[in-house]
Amino acid sequence: MHMHKLERLWLMIGSGALILFLMVIGVNAFAMGHTPPSDSEILDPTQVDLTAPFDDPGLKKIGENEYELVLVAQAFTFQSNDEIKIPEGATVHFKVTSKDVVHGFQIPKTNVNMMITPGHINTITHTFDEAGQFLILCNEYCGVGHQAMGVPLEVIK
Amino acid sequence: MKNELVVDRNDAKLSMAHLYIAFAAVLLGGIAGLLQTLVRSGTIQLPAGIGYYQLLTAHGILLALVFTTYFIIGFFYAGMSRTMGKFYDQPYRLGWLGYIVMTIGTALTTVMVLLNEGTVLYTFYAPLKASPWFYIGLTLFIVGTWLAGGAMCHQYYIWKKVTHKKISPLFSFMAVMTMVLWFVATIGVAVSVIFQFIPWSFGWVDEINILLSRTLFWYFGHPLVYFWLLPAYVCWYVIIPEIIGGKIFSDSLARLSFVLFLLFSIPVGFHHQLLESGISPFWKYLQVVLTFMVIVPSLMTAFSLFATFEIAGRKKGAKGLFGWFRALPWKDARFFAPMVGMLIFIPAGAGGIINASNQMNQIVHNTLWVTGHFHLTVASSVALTFFGIAYWLIPHLTGRVLTGRMHQIANLQTILWAVGMFFMSGAMHTVGLLGAPRRTAYTTYQEHPDALGWIPYEVTMAVGGSILFIAILLLIYIITDLAFFAPKGKEDFPIGEVAEAAEKTPVILENWRLWLGIATVLILVAYIVPVIHMIEHAPPGSPGYKFW
Repeated sequence: MHMHKLERLWLMIGSGALILFLMVIGVNAFAMGHTPPSDSEILDPTQVDLTAPFDDPGLKKIGENEYELVLVAQAFTFQSNDEIKIPEGATVHFKVTSKDVVHGFQIPKTNVNMMITPGHINTITHTFDEAGQFLILCNEYCGVGHQAMGVPLEVIK
Repeated sequence: MKNELVVDRNDAKLSMAHLYIAFAAVLLGGIAGLLQTLVRSGTIQLPAGIGYYQLLTAHGILLALVFTTYFIIGFFYAGMSRTMGKFYDQPYRLGWLGYIVMTIGTALTTVMVLLNEGTVLYTFYAPLKASPWFYIGLTLFIVGTWLAGGAMCHQYYIWKKVTHKKISPLFSFMAVMTMVLWFVATIGVAVSVIFQFIPWSFGWVDEINILLSRTLFWYFGHPLVYFWLLPAYVCWYVIIPEIIGGKIFSDSLARLSFVLFLLFSIPVGFHHQLLESGISPFWKYLQVVLTFMVIVPSLMTAFSLFATFEIAGRKKGAKGLFGWFRALPWKDARFFAPMVGMLIFIPAGAGGIINASNQMNQIVHNTLWVTGHFHLTVASSVALTFFGIAYWLIPHLTGRVLTGRMHQIANLQTILWAVGMFFMSGAMHTVGLLGAPRRTAYTTYQEHPDALGWIPYEVTMAVGGSILFIAILLLIYIITDLAFFAPKGKEDFPIGEVAEAAEKTPVILENWRLWLGIATVLILVAYIVPVIHMIEHAPPGSPGYKFW
């Protein structure tokens, strides 16, 4: 099929940019470890309260300035036995599941954002470099109280 | 004179029957939209026990499904009748049957939403469980569209047999391609609704595989957006060149771009599930790559359209590098509305690339940014193009004319729409980057400073939404006038001619077996391994919940 000379040039530039861009996000994902949250662990969504570590959700220190925060999403809160206070500069591994419907897990002002589907665990890691007030919120419609589903997260000096 | 051609009276009635429902849905969906922006900004509270999420469900279904689908089918019937001639008996009757089935389904679903038995939003994610009749209504709606698509394919098939032509008219080819895309896409949602949602909502089975249901939904959910977009492309490729006094730049490249949309709009649903557990990053990335392939036909379309504009402008004597731009018929509502839609598609498409960019999605996923994005694509580029089509299509079908005064009112409508959308979508994009979630009622999360900072943007959204609502009222005035009150006469159904310099169209572009075969292979490659994994490594299923 014949193509106009300028059209061929236009498509070559466009496709070239496309390939370059896909390579950038591919390298960033697989060589630099920035793949989107894709945990493959599963559990029985009706037995969350009896399944470790979700039988005792909360903040656990696992290393030098490193924490694991286990949360259970349920309509309409994120369940934790501890207040969520994190020292400045700490790295936090979030580990979350849902005991009812699909929820979202997002912390504005950070890149923390993932889906919480019942029966699945999802994980994401973030380092809080600055002290301040943060908010963990549900960003997937989960019912009539969805807009109330948020808990504070404080990063302390 | 080919423009003497008029759509057959009976076909016109079939087409108009669809358009009435389409625009009634715009009015009702628009009212829901206005109320949502007012609630979200904390301006009003809903009376009489109406829920925010109930309105949101109605808004999504009425505008994203009912308006678009009825309009598209009505437009295609008219255009196929115009380019291939009157519908043959069998496809004509099938067309009416499809209309009846679709309308029963729409009515059933609407009643369930009004009864607050289906407040699960139009994506109906399990394990939120609606009344089984909500899902049955949606199933009937989809079956009705299949009958409509069947009517068009049958018409195309008979026409080819009778005329012995290898190449069909460009409009009809594009219409059939769009419906074929719709057939392949709706298989996913149909399988999910029939084998998962209906048995589960009736209580015949206790549990549902959530990840599988979401995957089947998004197998459908992304090509759905191309089902909205392609009819707008039909207008841009086939109709606009005639309106501006130009020629179609290339028939074969136009067809090729539609073929590429069929191939690359389906095996890409994972880019809506990038942040989900249970799907490996490799398959997500593969589908991201396939998603980006649709950029190629979009670039082809942009080139063809602007080539058509420039050639038409220079023929009228436009000088200089951009003189042709001013020579375009800006005062012609049939051109102005789709053209504004096209211009909006430039930032809208760029936003779409950001959304689908694998890890970059994490910044915007489920925030108001995404809502802002599709209010530029489907609710501006597509909607304005559809309005621009209606301005000549409705009077053509009802034997009336689009008067000079109506051109002016319609152009005012377009301007109001663009201004309202600038405020609403602009605020949505910005506040989305600040982290405000989509599909969420008014909230401050116990006076949290982050959430309090979003309120000025939500007020801006309400201002934009109010302007858009005025634009919708103006639109309904125009549509009512064109359907029932405008002066009797003859309005053209513009169909562009192919430029003399363009090459002859290769027959291979109408080889359906070939393109459907490649599409199937791509779908299997993109989906089969991860879906088997989803089924074999599934957690125990979920019971249903009614949290509203």
